[in-house]
Amino acid sequence: MVISLDQLERLLLHVQRPGRYVGGEVNAIRKDWDAHPFRVCLAFPDVYELGMSNLGLAILYDILNNQDGVLAERTYALWPDMAAAMRQAGLPLYSLESYRPVADFDLVGFSLPCEVLYTNVLEMLDLAGLPLQSAERDERHPLVIAGGHAAFNPEPMADFFDAFVVGDGEEAIVEVVRTCQSERGERLELLLALAQVPGVYVPRFYDVSYHSDGTVAEVAPNRPQAPLPIRRRVVPVLPPPPTRQLVPNIAVAHDRGVVEIQRGCTRGCRFCHAGMITRPVRERPLEQVLQAVDQVLHHTGYEEIALLSLSSADYSHIGELVAALNERYAEHPLTISLPSLRIESFSVDLADAVSRGRPTGFTFAPEAGTEQLRERINKPIPTGQMLEVAQETFQRGFRTIKLYFMIGLPGETDDDVAAIIDLSHQVRAIGRRVQGRKAQVNVSVSTFIPKPHTPFQWHPLAALEEIAAKQRLIQQRVRGRGFKVSWNDCRLTRVEATLSRGDRRLGAVICRAWEQGARFDGWGEWFDEDVWSAAFRATELDPASYLYRQRTRGEVFPWDHFHTGVRKAYLWSEWQYSLAGRSWPDCRQACYHCGIMSEFGDLWAPGWGCPQGGSET
Amino acid sequence: MTPQRLRITYAVDGPLRYASNLDLVRAWARATRRAGLVPLYSGGFNARPRIQNGAALPVGFSARGEMVDLWLSQRVEIAAARQALAAVLPAGLAIRHVVEVDEAEPALPTRVQAAEYAVTVETGEPHHEIRQRVANLLSAASLPRERRGRPYDLRPLIEELAVAQERAGAVLLHMRLAAREGATGRPEQVLDALGLEEGFFTICRQRLLLSEG
Ligand code: SF4
Repeated sequence: MVISLDQLERLLLHVQRPGRYVGGEVNAIRKDWDAHPFRVCLAFPDVYELGMSNLGLAILYDILNNQDGVLAERTYALWPDMAAAMRQAGLPLYSLESYRPVADFDLVGFSLPCEVLYTNVLEMLDLAGLPLQSAERDERHPLVIAGGHAAFNPEPMADFFDAFVVGDGEEAIVEVVRTCQSERGERLELLLALAQVPGVYVPRFYDVSYHSDGTVAEVAPNRPQAPLPIRRRVVPVLPPPPTRQLVPNIAVAHDRGVVEIQRGCTRGCRFCHAGMITRPVRERPLEQVLQAVDQVLHHTGYEEIALLSLSSADYSHIGELVAALNERYAEHPLTISLPSLRIESFSVDLADAVSRGRPTGFTFAPEAGTEQLRERINKPIPTGQMLEVAQETFQRGFRTIKLYFMIGLPGETDDDVAAIIDLSHQVRAIGRRVQGRKAQVNVSVSTFIPKPHTPFQWHPLAALEEIAAKQRLIQQRVRGRGFKVSWNDCRLTRVEATLSRGDRRLGAVICRAWEQGARFDGWGEWFDEDVWSAAFRATELDPASYLYRQRTRGEVFPWDHFHTGVRKAYLWSEWQYSLAGRSWPDCRQACYHCGIMSEFGDLWAPGWGCPQGGSET
Repeated sequence: MTPQRLRITYAVDGPLRYASNLDLVRAWARATRRAGLVPLYSGGFNARPRIQNGAALPVGFSARGEMVDLWLSQRVEIAAARQALAAVLPAGLAIRHVVEVDEAEPALPTRVQAAEYAVTVETGEPHHEIRQRVANLLSAASLPRERRGRPYDLRPLIEELAVAQERAGAVLLHMRLAAREGATGRPEQVLDALGLEEGFFTICRQRLLLSEG
């Protein structure tokens, strides 16, 4: 069955932004359904405008559509108005390329960048007409899998997905597809075969037992085919980036081309999930980046390109890259965006260079207010340097400085919050001296979540009242002309933290919350904390036990059976150094033996940030 | 180097029906660059390619004769430009013809006077009844209505209105409505005045009528 645009049209007249639901983007790939016996639907559990800028999905779309006999299409979460209209019309969730029901595909692959999208996954499965629980699906249904950063602790979603891909997906997805193609029989046989694909986790082949206090006692495979631990996938060399990128017909969040210049980060910020789970650093050769930018612009017609990485200034060829792009596109008004710059002169130079004489804003992410706390989180920046760089930034003509802070960090005191206020005022004062009344300081205050696989995983989440009080204080003290302050809802943070730290028993909570109407939880207008509290009560799980305990060294975390390559012992020692207030320079200068080289050293290739042959003990 | 001003008449269908006016302008800009043509950028702080749509097409409408003016900084053969653009347009945009326009001509939007629509509406009303309503509407001296809380007269905005075709359960209406600055009639308003706003309808803007230039 194919849904026709005619059928949809009757609904589209009555929903917001109907362009989300019709596809037809430039570079969308529409292959012949019958000529491609294996069909994948890539699913993004948030609204189209955000999903369109997800790099992971774009990469897999490109790779899969380049495989013989395989076609890949896309689907995104339906905004609640459209979801209601579809249910009323009796139409199922469909793919944007061929308007086929998602249930008609062989494989449905969800991208899970963050935990607040979990209820949207259930909503999409339900709209697709698929049973929510993996155990209730069989070979008549598509295989439903997930990958992405949230899949590093997949346990809370273990009930719903048949399998997870942990780590880089480029090679793994192809192996998953080939495995599916050769195991067309019973679902159980397929899952057993998939469990043997490196980096693939099939939750039902593992039993989790708990201590009487509710903590995990042991995770044990119940089949000989199921490996323990599950080793994350690492691509030794970044495959060439997709260049025929989708160009949406309606305005989306990041309406631009993207080229990933580097994966991984050597800075070792202790709060940073991405920095711990994407090691080692793998740089893309300069020539390849330049060529990719050229191709992307040619195929898309975009005027803006984002050079993605976790830390732009750390890319070895960044200076040359920016200079070369400025030279090549001197005639075109190309906008280059460089995320995650550092608070240092070199980064200001870069921002200045990419702004091409039209500087607008520059982002500082000191994260913490005092030098002491920045040492603890391993992001050491002297306050003096920060102020000097702020001065320089305004002098170069930038009018806006954005300051990113976190509250609730381990070891944080009242002084640190006072310092956030102080620093904001100092930066505004500098801005006013240089730029006059046009100077703008945007202060963003988010709440720290102790993420799995980071040195802070042993630390509790700060109490709600404490967060709220700190937010209030900052709001009261950082106000007036030239300031804009933003923060997040601390009740949502609490739900997000539970989902990110939870174990499999949370599946029941997520399901319950969805049944009671939870969806688009990351969107203030839809988030309803009461629904979540009720779901916890109904399942008799105590969110506090997930959030507010200081963990001991011996505690088994629900995610310990996943090996990222960074050893738990290393994370623990980093945690101890944090308590002692010690920080380290970038590990490109000195390897700290985090475990990556001993686990993945055999994959070493030029472009890695780790020293060659630096086999650790 | 003198810039070149192209006037493209185009059709909109499929997914592109759900793009806004701004989206369509962006689509033309991107298509121009993909085609390897060099748009003329209006200088200033935020350089934008110079592109001017004749009249905003409401979201959801298809069209057969929209018009856009597109400035190129490097002159090209019209046929070559057309071919290059046609090869890279998104599904749902199609070029019908391209002409070169003198730089001195007034801006396209100021020349748009009226637009013709083909409106298909599903209705259970008997056809003779609809014909009667159309006749009543046309013979009215004025049709005072309200839009976003502001009173206006719909009658002078209706230049032509006729039942073009009758099918079981549906009628096809032909409308020609004023589309001047500050005096623009919308087909939905006419449907409303005809008491046909409840039925499912599709609207195709057939062409834009320009004043003599
Ligand atoms: S192995 Fe050494 S150089 Fe590589 S990421 Fe770990 S600490 Fe850094």
